[in-house]
Order: sequence, then C-alpha cells, then structure tokens
Amino acid sequence: MMAESQRKAIRVDLQFIADMIEPGSRVLDVGCGDGTLLDYLVHFKQVDGRGLELSTEGVNACVSAGLPVIQGDADTDLETFPDNAFDYVVLSQTLQAMVAPRTVLHHMLRIGRRALVSFPNFGYWRVRLFLLLHGRMPMSDTLPYRWYDTPNIHLCTIKDFLALCRELGIVIERSVSLDHKSRTRRINSSPFTANLLGEQAVFVLRR
Amino acid sequence: MTAPDKHPLGRWDVESFPGHRVKLGRDEPLRLECGVELAEFTVAYQTYGTLNPDKSNAIMVCHALTGDQFVAEPHPVTGKPGWWDYMVGPGKPIDTDRYFVICSNFLGGCMGTIGPKEVNPETGGPWGLDFPVITIADMVNAQVMLLDHLEIEQLFAVVGGSLGGMQVLEWAASYPERLFAAAPIATAMHHSAQNIAFHEVGRQAIMADPDWCGGEYLSRGRWPRRGLAVARMTAHITYLSESSLQAKFGRRLQDRDAITFGFDADFQVESYLRHQGSTFVERFDANSYLYITRAMDYFDLAARHGGSAAQLFDHSPIRFCVISFTSDWLYPTVECRRIVNALNAVAANVSFAEIETDGGHDSFLLDVPEFHRVFRGFLEGAAEHRGLPRAVPRRNGP
Repeated sequence: MMAESQRKAIRVDLQFIADMIEPGSRVLDVGCGDGTLLDYLVHFKQVDGRGLELSTEGVNACVSAGLPVIQGDADTDLETFPDNAFDYVVLSQTLQAMVAPRTVLHHMLRIGRRALVSFPNFGYWRVRLFLLLHGRMPMSDTLPYRWYDTPNIHLCTIKDFLALCRELGIVIERSVSLDHKSRTRRINSSPFTANLLGEQAVFVLRR
Repeated sequence: MTAPDKHPLGRWDVESFPGHRVKLGRDEPLRLECGVELAEFTVAYQTYGTLNPDKSNAIMVCHALTGDQFVAEPHPVTGKPGWWDYMVGPGKPIDTDRYFVICSNFLGGCMGTIGPKEVNPETGGPWGLDFPVITIADMVNAQVMLLDHLEIEQLFAVVGGSLGGMQVLEWAASYPERLFAAAPIATAMHHSAQNIAFHEVGRQAIMADPDWCGGEYLSRGRWPRRGLAVARMTAHITYLSESSLQAKFGRRLQDRDAITFGFDADFQVESYLRHQGSTFVERFDANSYLYITRAMDYFDLAARHGGSAAQLFDHSPIRFCVISFTSDWLYPTVECRRIVNALNAVAANVSFAEIETDGGHDSFLLDVPEFHRVFRGFLEGAAEHRGLPRAVPRRNGP
C-alpha cells in the first residue's frame, strides 16, 4: 500500500475525474495504469473499485498494491462485463489508443451508469500551430510520441468527440477542457474556445 | 518376491509423520459424488502460525497432485524442503507470523488421509481399487468437515495452484460464505482433452506394470515402480517448458563424451527424468495417482453447477486473484482467462495477472519474485479489507 504522503498529488485530470465520483460508488477504471487514480478513489472516496490494464507492469504494480485489477485489453475484454455493473466507468487518456474507440464508448455506457472520459485535444492551438509551422506530426507534453512509435492511433479534437456523442445519442452531463496551466473551461459554454485553448478534455457521459 | 519390488511403506509410517490426524464423518458421513458414503475416515493435516482469537486469519492451502500437507517443513519421507517453502513461512507472502495456515492431505491421497493404500475396514486389507472414485468436490467437502471440526466459520483465504486451484474454485462456487478471498493459480475450470490425454498415458503406464497386480500390489508385497516412474516422467515434462528444458539440458550428454549407440541414458535430460521417476516412487502410491488424476479429469466446474460458467459466481462476495504464467502450457493463460471472464460476467471482485516466467506450469512452486510480490500484495489488500491487523515487522537477527 502507498503511504499517505504519496497519495496526495495525482494528475490534474485524474483529480478532476476523482472529484466527480460519488463516495462509496462502484467504479471500473479502464486502462488504470499503475493504479494511481484507483488507489486514490479506494482510499479517499471509499469506492468499490476495479481496474483493467493492458501492461504487465501496470497490472503487477496494482495487484501488488492490493488493488483489484485484471490484465486485459479494453478493446476485447470490456464485453465480458455485464450491463449496469458499475456507477462509473473511467477511461483516462486511453480513448485515443483504442482500436475501436466507438465500441469502447458503447461498452462503457452499457457497463456503467456514467462514463468519465479524458483525452488529449488534438484541436489545441499549439498542436495546430506545430503542424502548421513545422509541417510535422505534433509532439508535446501530452503527445510525447513520434509518429511511428505512438500508441495514439485515434486522436481526436474536442469537436470531433462532441460530434461522436451526438451521433451515438450520448448525453453529456458535464464537460471541461484543461489548458496547459490546468485551468478549466466549460466546453458547452464555448466549444470553439475550448477546442482551441484546451490541451485536454474531460467528459461525464450517460446514456 | 524380489527386493526391488518391495514397497517402500516401511519408511513411510503416516502415523509417525508430523502434523495432525483427525477422524471425520462420525456424526454424519461424507456422501461422495459417486454415491458412496464414507462413515468414518481419517484426514491428515498440518498447520503453521497461530489462529487469532476471532478466528479470522486462517488460510487453507490446497495442495496439488503430488503435493501433501507438508507445505513449509522438510518432507518426512524425502527430507526435501516443503513444496511451498518460497511462499509460506514467517515473513513470506503467506506470512505465518500473521496468518494461520491449514493444509490437509486431500481425499484419496497417500500421506495419511484416507486413500486406496489405507485399510478398508470391511476387509481389513488395503482398499486398492475398492476405494470409491472421488472428485474435487468430494475433496473440498472433506476440507469443509475439517473446518467444522476446527470450529472456523470463515477462512480468510483459500489458495492453491494446479489441482489446488481447482479446489479453490470449487470452494468459491460451493461455499462462498465460508471464505473471504480466493486465489486460484495456474489452473482451469475444467480439464481439457489434452490434460485428460496426458493423465491417461500415466495411468496406462501404471496399469501396464506387472507389479501393479490389478491394483492389489500392497497385499502381494509388490510395488509398481516402473509404471509409476514412467507416469511421473511423462507428467514431469508437462510441468516444464520447452525452453527451460532446452536451456537446462540441451543435447548435453550424461557423464560421457560420446553417444554409446545403446539405450542407456546418454542424454542429461534422460538421466534427469529417470531420477524424477525413481525418487517419486519412493514417496507416492500408484493407486493414489490413478484416483487423483481421475478426480482432475472429472473436474468440470460449470457442468457440475448447472452448465453456466457465469452463474457459478453470481453475487459472490469473495475477493479473487487469478494468476497464470506465460510459459505454462498445461494450464495456459487462456484457461485462467476463462475463470476471469466468468468472474467479470458477474462483476465479481477479481484481480488477474499473468506472470512472465520460463518455468512452465511448475512456476507456481518456484522462486519467482514477481509472482510472490503480486500474490503478497493481493493478500495484504484483502487483509486490509478483512480488518486483519498488519504484520509486525520482523526484526532481523544479529
């Protein structure tokens, strides 16, 4: 188990997600990595939490820390979970690495009453400028990979994501963008600005 | 009677073994799946650590095919370290400073629990093939009777690998209220055709040995050494990985510089297997081997519980941890995933890790630090939820 002091600081987008989760609820963290968010939720929000993680290192770190995490691939293994099993299904910074992000979203909202999704915004002005000025695939703190070794095969902009939600009839309960200084901006008040100034986005979705 | 065929039971006095022996089934017999009732039978078991006052820290370790109750102490026949010495002991993942560990020799075994080499009260001779065919569920039912005898309402955990893992799954499916956590390791929900096939080779080897005498070797003062050794040699190959065999032996020759154009053990791997076979027959009963492998072949958890894997664990309150090993081809990861999928289907509390090793199926018995780290973490997480006090850090000696 982590020491209390180690638990304090979690990534801003994770903190944002954590703040939206009701204490004591049932949470599935898809692509939970080393379990940072799950550990936080279990200990500070008393959630009944589970994780799904692809990497061996991530899974072993989670289980070693006493977190219930299974090794698996969101693209193929979400279908093994039953309907309405969780209050929240979380997908933080992983949607863009899915083979079939649309199917993953569908399963998240089938399994959970709500889905919490965060992703890097490809419409962020610095990303656009990088491509415009350099003529090369954008790289930044949130997009640290080169084109040939990136796991991010389905990057999208905030507007792209809004369009997909509309197409799938998904209700957006809350949506914010975070800029590079972690300042939040409500997406629904001005999608254009959020798409330009948001380095990443966090959505609360329901059926 | 020739000396080599004489059975080794003289050095194998179960009554003198360490641990405990209890007669169960006096008040109510154990009704076996095959229909036979065992009215009074002995179960041999061993314990490590101390049961806490509210009896909440007990862990049942289920042993595998050729294991026994001597989990963490020298084997009384061979003198070798306990079969799970890496896992069980003070300060180890199953920390005996913290948990009370129980391991019973399973039904049909040959280390003190009732089995085919024990005395059939009706005849006064060994049971032999008159012993009823037992199943994994029968083994678990006997363990439940032991638990009642020990007056433990709920185990903190039931853990085991291979056949031990099958018992864990049976525990979880049949007695969900009697365990808090379950760790089935390197196991499967049913025996595959390949699993059954390997066992059949082993059984046929035993039965083809003239010293087997139709199962009556004990009353005839014989011991089917060759057959049981071949069974063990075949099985042993399935416990290792192709790459570990290659790395360990390659094509190296045994104590010679050139091949001998004969059928001696020219190769090291042959010598190794022969050694595995010949030592095994000094500590294991051939009829037990028949019965236990049969119990494994008959194991089909979903079929026994109505056919649906998902229904097995519906509303299960148990915290599960399933672990598989990359190089295990006997109970491969895909079989463990079936267990995980059945648990996911009811949103059960489950962890699942696949550990990278070269050791094959036997990895769960070996020194695999990553496995032990993951396993320890699972138990500690479960202990926290169960409200068990933390282990007192051990002070190192001078």
